[in-house]
Amino acid sequence: MSQLYAAGDDVHATARHEESHLDSSPVLSVCDLEVQFPTPLGLVRALNGVTFDVPRGKVLGIVGESGCGKSVTARAVLQIIEKPGRITGGSITLRGESETTEITGLGPDSKRMRALRGSEIAMIFQEPMSSLNPVYTIGAQIAEAVLIHQTPDRDEALRRAVDMLRQVGMPHPEAAAASYPHQLSGGMRQRAMIAMALSCNPTLLIADEPTTALDVTTEAQILELIRNLRDRAGMSIMFITHSMGVVAQLCDEVIVMYLGRIVERGSVDDLFYDAKHPYTRALLRSIPRIGGNRKAPLEVIEGSVPDPHHRLAGCPFHPGCPKAIPGRCDTTVPAPSTAGPGHTVQCHLYQADEIGHPERAENV
Amino acid sequence: MNEPLLEVAGLRKYFPVRGGFLRRPVGEIKAVDGVDLTVNRGETVALVGESGCGKSTTGRTIVRLEEPTAGEVVFHHPERGPLHLESANSRTLRAVRPHLQMIFQDPFASLDSRMTVSSIIAEPLVINKTATGQRLKDRVAELLSLVGLRPEHANRYPHAFSGGQRQRIGIARAIALNPDLIVCDEAVSALDLSVQAQILNLLEELQRRLGIAYLFISHDLSAVDHIADRVVVMYVGQIVESGPVEQLYNAPKHPYTEALLAAVPQPDPRVRTRPKILTGDVPSPANPPSGCTFHPRCPYAQPICAAETPPLLQVGEGRASACHFADTLPLTGAVAAMSPPAGL
Ligand SMILES: Nc1ncnc2c1ncn2[C@@H]1O[C@H](COP(=O)(O)OP(=O)(O)OP(=O)(O)O)[C@@H](O)[C@H]1O
Ligand SMILES: Nc1ncnc2c1ncn2[C@@H]1O[C@H](COP(=O)(O)OP(=O)(O)O)[C@@H](O)[C@H]1O
Ligand code: SF4
Ligand code: SF4
Ligand SMILES: [Mg+2]
Ligand SMILES: [Mg+2]
Repeated sequence: MSQLYAAGDDVHATARHEESHLDSSPVLSVCDLEVQFPTPLGLVRALNGVTFDVPRGKVLGIVGESGCGKSVTARAVLQIIEKPGRITGGSITLRGESETTEITGLGPDSKRMRALRGSEIAMIFQEPMSSLNPVYTIGAQIAEAVLIHQTPDRDEALRRAVDMLRQVGMPHPEAAAASYPHQLSGGMRQRAMIAMALSCNPTLLIADEPTTALDVTTEAQILELIRNLRDRAGMSIMFITHSMGVVAQLCDEVIVMYLGRIVERGSVDDLFYDAKHPYTRALLRSIPRIGGNRKAPLEVIEGSVPDPHHRLAGCPFHPGCPKAIPGRCDTTVPAPSTAGPGHTVQCHLYQADEIGHPERAENV
Repeated sequence: MNEPLLEVAGLRKYFPVRGGFLRRPVGEIKAVDGVDLTVNRGETVALVGESGCGKSTTGRTIVRLEEPTAGEVVFHHPERGPLHLESANSRTLRAVRPHLQMIFQDPFASLDSRMTVSSIIAEPLVINKTATGQRLKDRVAELLSLVGLRPEHANRYPHAFSGGQRQRIGIARAIALNPDLIVCDEAVSALDLSVQAQILNLLEELQRRLGIAYLFISHDLSAVDHIADRVVVMYVGQIVESGPVEQLYNAPKHPYTEALLAAVPQPDPRVRTRPKILTGDVPSPANPPSGCTFHPRCPYAQPICAAETPPLLQVGEGRASACHFADTLPLTGAVAAMSPPAGL
């Protein structure tokens, strides 16, 4: 088990009885993950030791500024990081229906890895056109995915494709199956991509900002669809977003990332009502809210996200942090500390976990 | 405050739909189909609606980046009085340009990558011969500091900047000639979480200090709630509702406004809403539905809605709605999220 959760007793318990309690063990465990991109301008350390679990049958949200490593995390799980980027450390463990797989032990192009993509882990993207082929009909593309993984019968595959489209709430599913991607609206394309991702009944669905480019009305439809997948099909979902509204309305648990690290993790209620990390708190104060204090200036997070080429010593947030402790925050990376059940924070304002007594944490 | 600066009446912009191999016009896309709106001096009017409903085309037609098909656009020039932009010649437009500016969604595409930041900001000053030599340099430095950029940024190229910084460069350029009105088309939509807050604050501060009015085009209803004085809601090329932001958000008078507000995901996990889902998509402006264009999606539609177009009528002080049942429907306003919990 990861050190981040070493303090949570229940997690230890499930780890011990993993075989018999498949239902309560996390579907995915990422531990100390490091990803680097060698570039002409120097090494980009996209992920610097990322550790988290995706709980089974829940929606885990990942939030953070652009460039903090959300998409790289998602792509690492599928081993589809763009070249020359690669995983340089850590482990990724998938606990599927029938077996447990060490993803980091598989070659990115290995047969097993290719079989995992689509059948056990599926991913949907912000831009549906990146995974839809413009020259084939929607129905043919979904049927193709079904043919590879499920049935050899072409007519049966096409029937399942139409069925999938119906299940994701596509209006006129037969007509949509016969359409080419460009003939559909943004929301319909997003549904088509989700239908394709779901056609093989994956254990884990990774959604990378699937609603960011959509109108609020279409976004609400897609969020409802994702909730249904969780509640009715018991699917486990990793949902990347930079909308705090989407996090609040959809997610069960949340990870907050900053510059290639996780700075806080907790239940959605912990995050919004008991945020500990100065970055999380600043973020929550900076968003405009309906019915908020109109015309009062929004809180601003000082400084911008630092350049990823630049290696920063200490806490990644220290250049912008109003609470930074000189001599400490700019030299030492804070260790995780437990703020409550399932709630951890990485910040020097809180006592690091050897024993993990949240009440002993210095206060903010 | 209620001194009109921009008055738009009956604005239409139709794009031809061409077909056949001769590319003859076979129809029309009524992207903007009879829009009336007023922006007063120093105020922020937001234009909202789903994508494709005609917001950008309205903005672009007002500043004459598109030729209007019909209608009037009157801009009150500080020295020359009311000017009709829809029929203005290029000389008049040049005289208006310093007072009426536009900023765009994509800070990356809208800046010339071969020009330094200082030449980008100086360009409008040079073209309008407002300043030269040392005075030009001083003005550029002043503009950089107004938008929160540092003097050493002046000689860099746009690619060396983040999205938020590029949007600041675009704003510095737009305010260089002391405009009275800036049309902001999705000016914060492409920006990151915390950067959005910085740019919203900047726009408000510039308004306080320089009295600039904004036509703030956006599909982000939370940002609009924060920045706007009045809101205009568009659907399929037409205005369906308008009014002061607080009243419109608290008690909408059009079912489309209600649906938009209900769909906003509130940043509060204790106020979880499952909005009545608005089904279907925005209809194509090439082939809009009969009567009230919202009727195929409207949960309150009655037979009259498909038959008769509801006119935009006044429904209370400073408010208007285009719904046959504006006065009787019990519509729900935005669910207010908790402000950040105490102590945050
Ligand atoms: N192909 C690549 N080559 C070099 N660096 C890369 C590449 N892909 C990502 N990175 C770097 O890795 C870091 C994390 O990027 P990532 O795409 O995961 O960000 P993100 O959190 O998904 O951001 P966004 O919200 O903008 O999607 C960034 O510093 C980025 O510049
Ligand atoms: N140059 C053009 N030619 C043809 N149709 C256009 C053009 N520009 C916009 N449209 C159409 O006009 C409608 C309104 O577009 P737009 O003003 O961009 O909407 P919004 O900004 O509200 O998303 C859309 O249906 C769009 O496809
Ligand atoms: S570790 Fe220091 S710099 Fe980092 S968030 Fe905590 S107080 Fe701020
Ligand atoms: S006129 Fe009819 S269809 Fe249109 S918004 Fe009102 S009730 Fe709905
Ligand atoms: Mg990303
Ligand atoms: Mg637009």
